[in-house]
Amino acid sequence: MAGASGIGIWGVPLGVLGGAIRISTPFLFVSLGECVTEKSGRVNLGLEGTLVMGAMSAYAVSYLSGSPWIGVLAAGLVGVPFGALHGWLSSRPRVNDIALGIAMMLLGVGLAFYLGKPYIKPTAPHLPALPLGFWSDNAEVRAALDVNALFVLGLVLAPTLGWFFRSTRPGLVLRIVGENAEAARAMGYDVDRVRLFATMAGGFLAGVAGSFLSLFYPGSWNERLSSGQGLMAVALVIFARWDPLRCLYASLLFGGASAIGPALQSVGITSGYYLFNAAPYVLTLLIMIASSSATRTSADMPAELSVLR
Amino acid sequence: MSAALASVPAPPALEAVGITKRFGDSTVLDSASLRLAPGSVHAILGENGAGKSTLVKCIMGFYRADAGEVTIGGKVVALDGPRDAQRHGLGMVYQHFTLVENMTVGENLVLSRAELPFVVDFAKERREIDAFMERMPFRLDPTRIVRNLAAGEKQKLEILKQLYLGTRIVILDEPTSVLTPAEADEVLSLLGTMAKEGRISVLMITHKFREVVGFADDVTVLRRGAVVGGGKASELSPAQMAEMMVGSEVPRASVKRSAVEGGAVVLEVKGLRAADDIGVEVLSGVDLLVTEGEVVGVAGVSGNGQDELVEILAGQRAPTSGEVRVGGARYGGTRTEISARRVRLLPEAPLKNACVAALSVSDNIGLRVFDESPYTVARFGVSRGALRRAAEAAIRAFGIRTPSADAAIGTLSGGNVQRAVLARELDGRIALLVAANPCFGLDFGAVAEIRARILLARNEGAAVLLVSTDLDEIFALSDRILVMSEGRIVHETPAESADLGVIGRHMAGHS
Repeated sequence: MAGASGIGIWGVPLGVLGGAIRISTPFLFVSLGECVTEKSGRVNLGLEGTLVMGAMSAYAVSYLSGSPWIGVLAAGLVGVPFGALHGWLSSRPRVNDIALGIAMMLLGVGLAFYLGKPYIKPTAPHLPALPLGFWSDNAEVRAALDVNALFVLGLVLAPTLGWFFRSTRPGLVLRIVGENAEAARAMGYDVDRVRLFATMAGGFLAGVAGSFLSLFYPGSWNERLSSGQGLMAVALVIFARWDPLRCLYASLLFGGASAIGPALQSVGITSGYYLFNAAPYVLTLLIMIASSSATRTSADMPAELSVLR
Repeated sequence: MSAALASVPAPPALEAVGITKRFGDSTVLDSASLRLAPGSVHAILGENGAGKSTLVKCIMGFYRADAGEVTIGGKVVALDGPRDAQRHGLGMVYQHFTLVENMTVGENLVLSRAELPFVVDFAKERREIDAFMERMPFRLDPTRIVRNLAAGEKQKLEILKQLYLGTRIVILDEPTSVLTPAEADEVLSLLGTMAKEGRISVLMITHKFREVVGFADDVTVLRRGAVVGGGKASELSPAQMAEMMVGSEVPRASVKRSAVEGGAVVLEVKGLRAADDIGVEVLSGVDLLVTEGEVVGVAGVSGNGQDELVEILAGQRAPTSGEVRVGGARYGGTRTEISARRVRLLPEAPLKNACVAALSVSDNIGLRVFDESPYTVARFGVSRGALRRAAEAAIRAFGIRTPSADAAIGTLSGGNVQRAVLARELDGRIALLVAANPCFGLDFGAVAEIRARILLARNEGAAVLLVSTDLDEIFALSDRILVMSEGRIVHETPAESADLGVIGRHMAGHS
């Protein structure tokens, strides 16, 4: 452990911080996407499938075009039709958005594996990182502070979405639709269309989240790439009480929790490695238990989400 | 303020001529016509299902009428939904609020506009709303969250919204159904004043004579989709209007109220507290007693804790503190307790709250007893034959109109669903009957019959707790009247000496 000796035990918080930033990025994008969709009064559980599809497409397009940014864009654009399909089918009579989401998740994952076979071997150009650790001579510090540009984009996107929901016409209309579809109809808004667009936007963001996985961290395309970020995002959005800025904090928390295992390993603590790797999931459960109530529903929840169809 | 308004031209006249609307085979509106004079208040009076809502929805362009036309200011228009209506100066206030609960008063006003800029400058909007409120005869704080407004304030906001949009013809669908009598009077007289000043014309749907007599200039009476009468409201008596509304058929199956000797206490509620789904306390220490052979009516504006009280008695909600005793023993609303203490329930919206819509009429009637002898086979089996025979007897006894005992109960009309629930709940000897708005949304015939059955149960010695937002119903059935407001019982009076005005004041939270 010669590398770690430079900063010793401080490697753990540093590793957690670096990990928080690295691992949180896909959580952040996919949870912002789910947040947009749920604000309109619908749940899209299919984002996990969209995410894997996005990861595959980004890797393939980046490899074929040579530009990782075109890969990111492609991933987002692949997410849009997935969102559109979910949005359109959900608006049909007697279609349940939850069940449909599960089907869409399996479809996305299966399709990505099928189409992605030829891209497991080749190496695609990666997304660049901003070397925020340039001031340090220590390799470990520099590695931890290599911040990806997508994370910075997410940092800007979260408050922007908050402003979008508060102060712009489309954002406000989206909230009305999610809070009271009947009122939205009375005002002359097309509820299904608003939800269609919200689900498409959610799909775009989930696709972008996937591109981060294949193009930056872990940074390759294979069938074990996603570890359920798309599903975890649903829990994150509830935890964040449907607030984009709180989605950012929640993602960072989850990212940090995921980094505990690797960070401890880097300073030589290897016992219980797999246990620490389960930290984000245990955290999810604990948060859900702590914030749940048998008798209350959250006042922040878009009211249309509780409507059973 | 009236100096500036005097220059505003009067609202245009609205006329509907020969409106006919069919849904499938049934004609809901048959050549209905009415004229709304500029600056007047016009009431559309009629029973449930008379076609009042359909008529205004045809005018507003929600429905396309099969025949007939609408003119505004003498010009024929074919409105194409609420946005189009807004352009013609028409706006509607619905029976159920169309406000966004999690937003502020100001946001709700701004969002109601048809043309919104892409980025909404709330600082500027706020100044304009303040200026707008200055001109209004009544005001609301634009920063308050709608969720926290009282029902009367929400209704005022709905009306403010229409005025904010520049609506000249305001159409209201039963605007007072969620208000206390005092709130209703306030809202209606505001509308009347604004109509007199020539700011607006008002077309309102109602089934309350009091509102027609007190606030309307003209009235049109609908029965079964046809206009059966109308004219100047001042020239018609409530009796004449009632006759037009119900025609010759007034089946008042009246049951004599037999004197029941002061019986034992059956239901005892002590210091009951409970919270609603988002944790706000809605029952703040309710105490009440109901004895054998007594109907205790709980009056109140909906949303003052009545729903939660009924849910606790039905075992659907746990109280945060306090206790409920039935027949002297603690009662928690479990299935065992309900059956042992002989507690029965008639909830409102019975299809939703007391039935499984997809199960057959027979299965629904058997829901309370299917796992008890004589309906069981070999201990854990259910005898469908026995259930069916019992159900068929109940269908005959209660006059439930259903194609067969095997039809899904969801396919029956509201009155027949409630009859099936009555058949189930009133079977056998009853100690306590809890009824919550049992006649809500039912037609005249079913209402009379259901009320008669409730009185019959009382005469046989049952203790009856009747929770209702319909004061007529409370007065018709109760021996003793309680008023519930903000989660407390705030007033109690014997029915024979009860005073409507006093009860109304207590409902509104003033004593």
